[in-house]
Amino acid sequence: MTIGFAQSLKDSLTRTRNTVFSRIANLLGASQVTEETWDELEGLLIQADVGVETTLHLIEQLRRRASEEAILQTDTLQTALREELRALLPDPPPLDLGNRPLDVILIVGVNGSGKTTSIAKLAYCYKQQGRQVLLAAADTFRAAAMDQLGIWAGRAGVNIITGSVGGDPGAIIFDALQSAQARGMDLVIADTAGRLHTQYNLMAELGKIRTVAAKNVPTAPHETLLVLDATTGQNALSQAKHFQQAVDVTGVILAKLDSTAKGGMVFAIARELGLPVRFVGTGERIEHLAPFDADVFIDGLLGPTNN
Amino acid sequence: MFENLTDKLQAVFKRLGKRGILREADVEEVLREIRLALLEADVHYKVVKDFVGRIRERAIGAEITKSLSPAQQVVKIVHAELIETLGQPGRLELKGPAPYVLMLVGLQGSGKTTMVAKLSRHLKKGGHLPLMVAGDTYRPAAIRQLEVLGRQLEMPVYSEGQHVPPPKICANSVREARQRGYDVVILDTAGRLQIDDEMMGELEAVKRAVNPVETLLVADAMTGQEAVNVAAGFNERVGLTGLILTKVDGDARGGAAISMRAVTGVPIKFLGTGEKTDALEVFHPDRLASRVLGMGDVLTLIERAESTFDQEQAEHLERKIREASFDLEDFLDQFQQIRQMGPLSQLLGMVPGLSQMMDDVSPEVTDQQFKRIEAIILSMTPEERRNPRVFNASRKRRVARGSGTTVQEVNALLKQFRQMQQVMKQMGKGKRGLRGVMRLFG
Repeated sequence: MTIGFAQSLKDSLTRTRNTVFSRIANLLGASQVTEETWDELEGLLIQADVGVETTLHLIEQLRRRASEEAILQTDTLQTALREELRALLPDPPPLDLGNRPLDVILIVGVNGSGKTTSIAKLAYCYKQQGRQVLLAAADTFRAAAMDQLGIWAGRAGVNIITGSVGGDPGAIIFDALQSAQARGMDLVIADTAGRLHTQYNLMAELGKIRTVAAKNVPTAPHETLLVLDATTGQNALSQAKHFQQAVDVTGVILAKLDSTAKGGMVFAIARELGLPVRFVGTGERIEHLAPFDADVFIDGLLGPTNN
Repeated sequence: MFENLTDKLQAVFKRLGKRGILREADVEEVLREIRLALLEADVHYKVVKDFVGRIRERAIGAEITKSLSPAQQVVKIVHAELIETLGQPGRLELKGPAPYVLMLVGLQGSGKTTMVAKLSRHLKKGGHLPLMVAGDTYRPAAIRQLEVLGRQLEMPVYSEGQHVPPPKICANSVREARQRGYDVVILDTAGRLQIDDEMMGELEAVKRAVNPVETLLVADAMTGQEAVNVAAGFNERVGLTGLILTKVDGDARGGAAISMRAVTGVPIKFLGTGEKTDALEVFHPDRLASRVLGMGDVLTLIERAESTFDQEQAEHLERKIREASFDLEDFLDQFQQIRQMGPLSQLLGMVPGLSQMMDDVSPEVTDQQFKRIEAIILSMTPEERRNPRVFNASRKRRVARGSGTTVQEVNALLKQFRQMQQVMKQMGKGKRGLRGVMRLFG
């Protein structure tokens, strides 16, 4: 599975490679490092949404290395940049799934980030791996959100528990967990209504959903994944911070990476919050989800290596 | 990290230790901070470059007005330039023969469907009869979502299900509107990437079929550097007439708006400020500019302060502080001057972080409390105001009765005043002068 997914991730990043970061590759072809090189490098990182702080940090690291290691050629600098970027994305331990009779994944995020579609893809992916998946459609707020997930459940061939519009999302999670246990299913993926991280009451509601899960299945939710839109800029960090505070986010799904966006904000999120990226969304079809692979991601960003 | 651009610039000027005319070398360091602040707000890299160039021209040699610190002065220039870039708020151009067709386009998840409902509600309030059209046949349940919103608003939704091509649905909906007397048609379209050639071709076909008076790009306020490519991509293929920024109720700085304005030149027409269908606001360039700079509406405040505090009063106050003769009478004067600037609750709202600063004065300073403080001081004799040390239990009781408050409140005020006096004494010793005091008040 990994090779196929890696290929799909690579494909989705082709556009990226052809645009901004390939300019880094060109820029960092074999020539002399000049002041202009640094300026351009800064500009290109910023334009990939890497963010001011992380960009300045990276440049500073690279400048220090350039002087310490006497880096004069831009291709050597490229290798150093790759190493610095990679150091920001340490490999996380495997997902905490499959260690108990019933796993629970909670999906959270702001409005329109791609939660429902990501859940469909996750459900499909785990179903392919032979797991018994049940979806909990706990977005009772947005018009037709439950219908939307219902249609996806049908396409993925998994069951779904829904409730009434405007109802208590906690009740739907409760029903889903009860039902999963009764039917002997081994994975519940819970959708939640999109909410801006600045809405205090709605963030508190997420906490309540967590509590309901934990009361019914020990230590649930086992993974709480934040769905981030790859086209989001620096606000992604604020989103990640707030959701982490409210519901102990354990990882990130980077959706819509098939766009021309670079997703550079994941470096800041990893650096400041220690949150690993777990999956990336690479297209609109149900199989367009890939486990995150930092090397592939960075390869995609920087263009092919020389070796 | 610093809170906002004003703070950053203040730090720069402190390091420079200069006042008066801005010199070129100072300007460069200041410009660096401006540049970083704009980049942090997600304004596109190249847009920032142009922008900073324009600021450089305006800032060099600009004379500093006495009532503003150099930092505030530069922020004022940046702010004015930002407002210019953001342009005037656009209105919907409903011209020519009805029905007027509005076409909403954008990336997936930007908020088009919700915006169709919001615009529909807005136009109905303005006396129009809008027809919403479910033109997104791709996203599962998108049609149903619009139908549900239509039911909630008790407004009509035109739909032909998901198996008819969108250009055809849209063309039919306009015919339907004409026959049944709807004067505005609002088209929902599927979210799509601006680089998806086939899907963009479909959008062109829709546009040809319905000839819209408005083609509006709906974009998420949280969008990063991509905003430039998205706006340029849609503008190239379907010719935008306006922008709508959604999810503005979050804490994104919204620099994307500046990028999109810069590449398309079309006006920003509306802001989406919440999930409910009435959460639609007309765009105010000055407010968005302040937000991009991360500074609340502090400029309005600066301007009000400029017009409220006259120079003579300021010098008088500065002398009083230096001589440590600031009494309750002056305290009352200050209170009344600040109140002249507007309702306190509104003033506090303009300055992010100020309410925390005022914590030791009172946890929730409201206009009501301000009035009570005023009443207490007005109930004191001139002697008591000049020399609060004369207060004993009986005087406090009298003042409390006279002002309709309690002895506790009188005590609290006296305590606050003593603390304030102490702060001022320290300031009088240093050379911070009036500006420091004004900062104390806000």
